[in-house]
Amino acid sequence: MEKLAVERSLREAASQELREAAVRPMLQKPGRGYKLLVAVLCVVVAFGLAGFVDQLIYGMSVVDYNNSAFWDVNIANFITIVGVAYGGAVVSAVLRLTGAQWRAPLTRIAEATAVVTVLIGGACIIPSLGRPNMMWEFITRPNFSSPLIWDALAISTYGIASVVFFYVPLIPDLVIAQQTMGGRAGRVRTLLWRKLSWGWQGLPAQRRLIDRMMGLLALMIIPLAVSVHSVLGWAFAITSFRPWWSEELWAPLFVIAALYSGIALVILSCAALRRTYSLQKYITDQHFKRLAYILLPFGATYLYLSVADFLPGAYHGEPGTAAVFRQLFFGSYALWFWLVVVGGMVVPLLIIALPQTRRVGWIVFAAACIVATFWLNRVLMVVVPTTYDMMKGTFGVYSWTWVNASITAGAMAAIPLLILLLFRFVPILSVTEIEELEKQQLGGTGTDLIEETPEEV
Amino acid sequence: MTQNQDREKDMTDIRPEKEAIEPSPLLSPLVTALDRVHDTTNDDDHSSAVESGDSNKPRSISRRRLFGTVSAVGLGAALGARVLENPSGASAAVHTAAVTITKKKPLSQWMMIVDLRSCDGCKACTASCQYYHYLPKDIEWIKVYDMVDADGQKYYLPRLCQMCEDPPCQAVCPVGATFRTDEGMVLIDQNVCIGCRTCMAACPYESRYFNTTAAPKVPRQPFPTTPEWPVPQRTETVGKCIWCAARLPQGMLPECVTNCPMGVIYMGDLTTDVAVNGKNEVVKISEFLRENDAVRLKEELGTNPRVYYIPGHGQDLSA
Ligand code: SF4
Ligand code: SF4
Ligand code: SF4
Repeated sequence: MEKLAVERSLREAASQELREAAVRPMLQKPGRGYKLLVAVLCVVVAFGLAGFVDQLIYGMSVVDYNNSAFWDVNIANFITIVGVAYGGAVVSAVLRLTGAQWRAPLTRIAEATAVVTVLIGGACIIPSLGRPNMMWEFITRPNFSSPLIWDALAISTYGIASVVFFYVPLIPDLVIAQQTMGGRAGRVRTLLWRKLSWGWQGLPAQRRLIDRMMGLLALMIIPLAVSVHSVLGWAFAITSFRPWWSEELWAPLFVIAALYSGIALVILSCAALRRTYSLQKYITDQHFKRLAYILLPFGATYLYLSVADFLPGAYHGEPGTAAVFRQLFFGSYALWFWLVVVGGMVVPLLIIALPQTRRVGWIVFAAACIVATFWLNRVLMVVVPTTYDMMKGTFGVYSWTWVNASITAGAMAAIPLLILLLFRFVPILSVTEIEELEKQQLGGTGTDLIEETPEEV
Repeated sequence: MTQNQDREKDMTDIRPEKEAIEPSPLLSPLVTALDRVHDTTNDDDHSSAVESGDSNKPRSISRRRLFGTVSAVGLGAALGARVLENPSGASAAVHTAAVTITKKKPLSQWMMIVDLRSCDGCKACTASCQYYHYLPKDIEWIKVYDMVDADGQKYYLPRLCQMCEDPPCQAVCPVGATFRTDEGMVLIDQNVCIGCRTCMAACPYESRYFNTTAAPKVPRQPFPTTPEWPVPQRTETVGKCIWCAARLPQGMLPECVTNCPMGVIYMGDLTTDVAVNGKNEVVKISEFLRENDAVRLKEELGTNPRVYYIPGHGQDLSA
């Protein structure tokens, strides 16, 4: 009896600590480094907006636009950033469906990353349009034979789904955060949380409802994510007769690239947030290793699909395909191409595969390599075929100015900025989920425990 | 669907107007030629061409408005003359062929022939098109490529919009700014275009150009830009060769056809099987194409271009 009581009090202490950790980003007085980081990010984002405004005022000529390279880095940003949103969906949904217990401390961060990236990524398409002020025509006069309309549909559905997927498991946590923080929460947060938690009381019926919703959403978000990235790939493959774009492999390549770089981004954001908010107790080294293990098959698959894509084309492809591949392998883009192959696939995969380097620092380095080179990869995928002149078989030049550079940098900087901002308003750890899984581990099935233990709310 | 119905309505509304129009007294050689061969025309082709005209025209420009615009610019003296329309027997046959199109006159089905044998690469076509449409120098709606064939021989390949019968550029336009008329013209409504440039990705002939810089000084136009007379080109939208759609209804040949000193480019009408070039040389399309082994560019892509090329020295134009 006594032992049980001790255990219980220990558990309560642990749970209190967990809750404190989850709300720490909101309580912690922002330090010098934090302020500096936010300031820098803000400046970069503002710079990006300035570039966009400049482009709006003076037109596309400011991006050094020429007719031989009609699509540019904006499209690559769009694909890359929407792509990395996939990582969150997978870490959270797949692991939820497979019942992987270790996921619990990661889910919130993964889902938040997904929400932020899908929103920013979707917005990245705007500077690529000549007349963004006419965008409403996507709704008023859609042409359903255009893959772009399906892109827009898929991405907006996926955006809404990831917001919901982020929000539903958040509901109980908002109440918990309110209790943990009490008066320290401040008026804005209290009001926001009260509105957003919809009268959550932790009743068994409410719990069951949320569990069921999450099961369903987790099921839904996986095919949705696969379809989004396939549609993105098909937007190239269907649209055009251009060499390389019109390969059958583009949809699977896009899906795998999204998974690979998405999980890498989850690793990066977990590492950064763990360090910033000292969450070492919850996000352990073991988590990074497991995420890295997931990277391994995707990286290998991407490498394999790339070879399957390149080899036949380079060997006896049509003149256009062969010309584009020659340009990639040995031509003016060769440096970047081999950087992607070595820096984005070979080196990270080796780092993860070798036990000596399978440590957090190295894994984070590998993830950073992957995210950066896969952006580069998308730039190559977009730009090289556009510069190919299908009439004459020559290549045009692609150049860019401070405007697209600043827009790109702004979009990239907006991701960490929004994630930091988001965690000033929501708990960084999925408290309910962690607690539930702990209870399950302690014995009995989860549902029994939920029935027995009256929620302390 | 409703769009189609609207179009049907528009067309039946328009036709009587056209019937009232007298043929122009200023007949071009094409018209005389048309009259001459008219009786040999296969009427069934008209009706099927009309019925299968899968245009997706977003904004029907009324003929009257177009005529108004055309005359206002002073493009031609023959106001409102539908010289290319055949006033007689063909329409009667169409009456019996299909009840739904009783009020329709047979539409022209425009096509072009480029005779590479006589092209000397002078680029007069490019210059005249740019002058006529107020285009900057780097936008070449008709572009003359310097090509080298398999034997190392130089030749020139003028490329204008191929007016594909299955235009990929139209299929991919997300907002339906690119459309195809019943006469086989693929046009762009630049008031609708959002400048996404997907059509540039889709066009396998590199026919499309994005307008970044404003056109050279353009005199004030008395009417807003239309797909048939997109002058001045709207910046931040896509433009391309329009086969001088505003000139055809007046019986005037496209600017590049007229200005080619070698008579390389022919403008023709598939329904009458007659084509004519800038030197007033009239040919019977079917015979001319057959006798000279005409080919279409990138036939294998299935875009069904309306431009036929006559290779000069048996080059392979499929590259
Ligand atoms: S040539 Fe290009 S622009 Fe012209 S109709 Fe064909 S696909 Fe469209
Ligand atoms: S650039 Fe204009 S015409 Fe071309 S696909 Fe986009 S909206 Fe359509
Ligand atoms: S047909 Fe008219 S628009 Fe086309 S290239 Fe010739 S002059 Fe220019």
